[in-house]
Order: sequence, then structure tokens, then C-alpha cells
Amino acid sequence: MRWINTKPSRATQIALMLAPFLLLIVAYGVTSAARLADNPADKLLPALQTLIDAINRMAFQPDPRTGEYLLWSDTGASLVRLFSALGISTLIALFFGMVIGMLPYVRALLAPFVATISMVPPLALLPILFIVLGLGETSKITLIVIGVAPAMIRDLALKVLELPREQIIKAETLGGSSWQIALRVVLPQVLPRLITCLRLQLGPAWLFLIAAEAISSDSGLGYRIFLVRRYLSMDIIFPYVLWITLLAVITNFALDRLRIAVFPWSNLEAR
Amino acid sequence: MSEIVLDKVWKEYGDQIVLEKISLTIASRAFVALVGPSGCGKTTFLKMLLGEEAPTQGGITLDGVPLIAEPGPDRGVVFQRYSVFPHLTVLGNVLLGKVFKRSPIAARLFGAERRAAIDEAMTLIAEVGLNGSETKYPAQLSGGMQQRLALAQALIMKPKVLLLDEPFGALDPGIRAEIHVLMKRLWHETELTVVMVTHDMREAFTLGTRVIAFERPRDRPEERERYGAVLSRDIDIWPPRIAGENSIFAPDRDDPVIPLGLRQDDPAPQGDILP
Repeated sequence: MRWINTKPSRATQIALMLAPFLLLIVAYGVTSAARLADNPADKLLPALQTLIDAINRMAFQPDPRTGEYLLWSDTGASLVRLFSALGISTLIALFFGMVIGMLPYVRALLAPFVATISMVPPLALLPILFIVLGLGETSKITLIVIGVAPAMIRDLALKVLELPREQIIKAETLGGSSWQIALRVVLPQVLPRLITCLRLQLGPAWLFLIAAEAISSDSGLGYRIFLVRRYLSMDIIFPYVLWITLLAVITNFALDRLRIAVFPWSNLEAR
Repeated sequence: MSEIVLDKVWKEYGDQIVLEKISLTIASRAFVALVGPSGCGKTTFLKMLLGEEAPTQGGITLDGVPLIAEPGPDRGVVFQRYSVFPHLTVLGNVLLGKVFKRSPIAARLFGAERRAAIDEAMTLIAEVGLNGSETKYPAQLSGGMQQRLALAQALIMKPKVLLLDEPFGALDPGIRAEIHVLMKRLWHETELTVVMVTHDMREAFTLGTRVIAFERPRDRPEERERYGAVLSRDIDIWPPRIAGENSIFAPDRDDPVIPLGLRQDDPAPQGDILP
């Protein structure tokens, strides 16, 4: 049988899925143990117990100085920034994506402009944002929006343009005005794509969030990582990185479930 | 009434001449089947009737009024694909025309108005044989059912003209024969002028009242750009088919049922008995 035709069974599939993760953990355990055997004071790859202690300290014991549970207060601060920025980007992308996709005049006016803006490296703008908007939340949220929104606008506009011409014509022969067609034909069909688009932008959004927090902040996951970096506290950095990854994975999964629950038809097409 | 008159219509795309000097009068309630080889401008012709494309020269009138250069509710259309909206259920697809008409801002109907519209849509859904599938999405329907849905969706607008662009081309022969029966019935029962583009000669002669062929009289490679297709054949089907009437020669099962009165052999005689 050809390789392209051999498929794993359900059990093998799960085993295969878990294998790389287990391998990573084992590799970490072995390397960490080897380094610690050489030098018990090694900070680079702390033992599992050290990591657990750190998690316990950060998540379940109040910080002696502020009395806060640092992991949770950091997570809260970061997620507020992340989700408000993603919310703003989504609204901007939905509006501009639809008008650019639907109206030739707006497309002529804005499509090249948005394409250019999306090429500006957002991190290069960060100093300007900090100078103009101050060091508070506004500049961080703005950074994420600038980094994420143009790509989403372009993606949505493309999606609108991809709708079969026949559909729009059919809607016109049913007597639909531009507004009615936007509301009943185009909008419902781009919303699932908007959610997918949002999922794809989660990575960049986290990148800009951590970058902004690393440079100027007094709370947040990125802030904490870059703070304890000075003391080589790998026992805190590793769990934080894992936690961020976990949050991103959960958001990604939840958004996809949301799409299928709200727009059941969007999953029928794929089959 | 819905008479379409084309007066010396030319269509060019840049240097490419597609159609040359098409003059044609399509009678009200005719069923015109448009045939011809690929790339001879059949679909372009349909697009002009639809208002999606404007003729380069010449004019098209519907009941004496020049066509507006935009698709509108007086001309319904069914394409080979993408004629129905994948995000709406069968009922939602058929309702959409009603919704557009009644609710310009919210594009949604509520209460009694919605119930009335649903009743009308349900009748039409039953008419095309889709009852029981109201809550399904198009992706859950077969190709033939999707085209039935597209017909129902177009007919709820009560258009004067129905334009069909190879509507049954992608269906297998059995399903196609079934939908031909439906199409004939709808044409008999609805106030419609139909223009259908098709590749299938058999289909053209089964359904049409008139078969029109486009052809390029000059089709050598070096001539292809500067000479377009012209109307080469215009055949009235004989014996004539007339909308809403039985054919006098061979009434077939697709013709509308006309009550013939009671015959001697019929049970339960009431009133006069015919000899």
C-alpha cells in the first residue's frame, strides 16, 4: 500500500498526537537532571519540583509586597489589553473589510492605503506610540490594533470579493438594495471568516502584547517574564510561557467552536 | 405582458466583437431556448437581458420600456451554480425576496407579516417539491434540489421574465428529466417569459416554444476577434406549444390538466353525462 493511503486508527491518532508533547517533556526532564547533576545551583533548566514550587508561589500565594496573586493579576491585565484590542480590531475590520469589498469607490480609495499600512512594521511604531499616547494602556492596545487590524481588513475584503458574483446578482434580482444585500447576504457569510481571521491573528496579537508589556508596564504576563529575566528565574519564565500558550490554544479552540455553533452552515460547505 | 425586443444589439469587449446585430422579438409568455457552440456569446446575451452587461450598440426594451442597466426584481435568474445562498435554510432562501420587498432597513420580517410571507413561501416550496426540507441548508441538498430551490426563490418575486443560464447542465439525466417536468408546469402556470441558455439540444426542443441558435459565420482563428456571433437559426417548435394550453396534437403528461367533464365510465355521475 502506498504511504499516502495508510491512515492511523483512532487510538494511534491520539498516541501520535501526544507523542511530540511527551517527547518534549521527557527531553526536558533528562537534560534538566543531567545539568543539575553537574551543578545543583544551575538555573537554566530547573527541576520539575522547582517549577511546581514557582507555580504555587505565583498562582496560589499572595505576593508579600502587594498582597496580589501575581499569576492571576498578570493574566487579568494582559487579557484585558488583548481582548479589548482584538475587539476593536474586529469591529474596524468588519466595517472596512465590508465597504472595501462591496463598494468599488471605497475600494479604489482605501484598498491600496490599507495594503500599505499593513506593511508598516508595528514594532517600529512602538516608540512613536509611547511618545504620543503615553505609557498607559492606550499605547499598548493601539499597538495591537495597528498590528492586527490591517491584515484582518484585507482578509475580509478578499473574502467579500470571493463571494460568487452570481450570488450578488441573484440578490439584486430579488430586489435587494446595497444595504439589504450587505446585511442579509454579505455580512452573514463573512462573519464565520471573521472568526477564523481572528484565530489566525491571535499569534501576532500576543506577540505585540508581550512586546509592549516588556518595554513599559507594571503588570501583565509579558511584564513579569521580562522582569524575572534579570534574575534568570527560569522557574517562573517556563510556566508563564506555558500558560500563555495554553491561553492562546484555548482561545483558538473556543473561537472555532463558537463559529460552528453560531454558523452551522459554515461547516457544511467544507465537506 | 412581458415582450422583449432587441433592436440591432452589438456587444464588444474591447477589440473582441462577441455579438453582431442581434434583432429579435421575444413574445410574451414564450419559452426561448438559446443554443450554440461554446464561446458564441449565449451567456453574454443573457447577461444583457439581465442588466449585468449593457449592449455596446442597440437597445433592449421590455414591454416597450428600455431595460435599466442593473439587475432588478422584474427579471428572475437561475444560474448553473451559486444561485442559492449557502447561509440560509430552504425557507430563508425563498423568503429573502419577500423580506427585501417589505423591510428596506432591517431586512427582517416580524409577526403577522412574517407569517404571511412564510405561508406564501411554503406554498411555493411545496410547488417545487421541496416540502419537508424547509429547515435544511443548501449544502445538505442534492444538485437537483438546489436548482428547484433556486426556481422557487426566483418565482416568489413573480418576475415578468425568467432567465436560465444552463440551469440543469450539471444534473444527471434522471434528475434532469424530473426537473424538466417541473419547469414545464411552472411555465404553464405562471405568467412568465422564459429565456434559457443550454448546451443540450434535446432539452432545448423538449422545453422551448422557440429555439434560437447563435453561431459565428466567420470562425477562422484570424477572424475570430473581429467577427462576432450572429443569430443563425430561429426555429418555432411545431406543433406549437402555448403557455397554459394543451397541445392540440399530442397532449402529454406535462401539459396542464384541463377537466374534460364526466364520461360514461366515471363513477358517481352528477349532472350531465357526456356521450
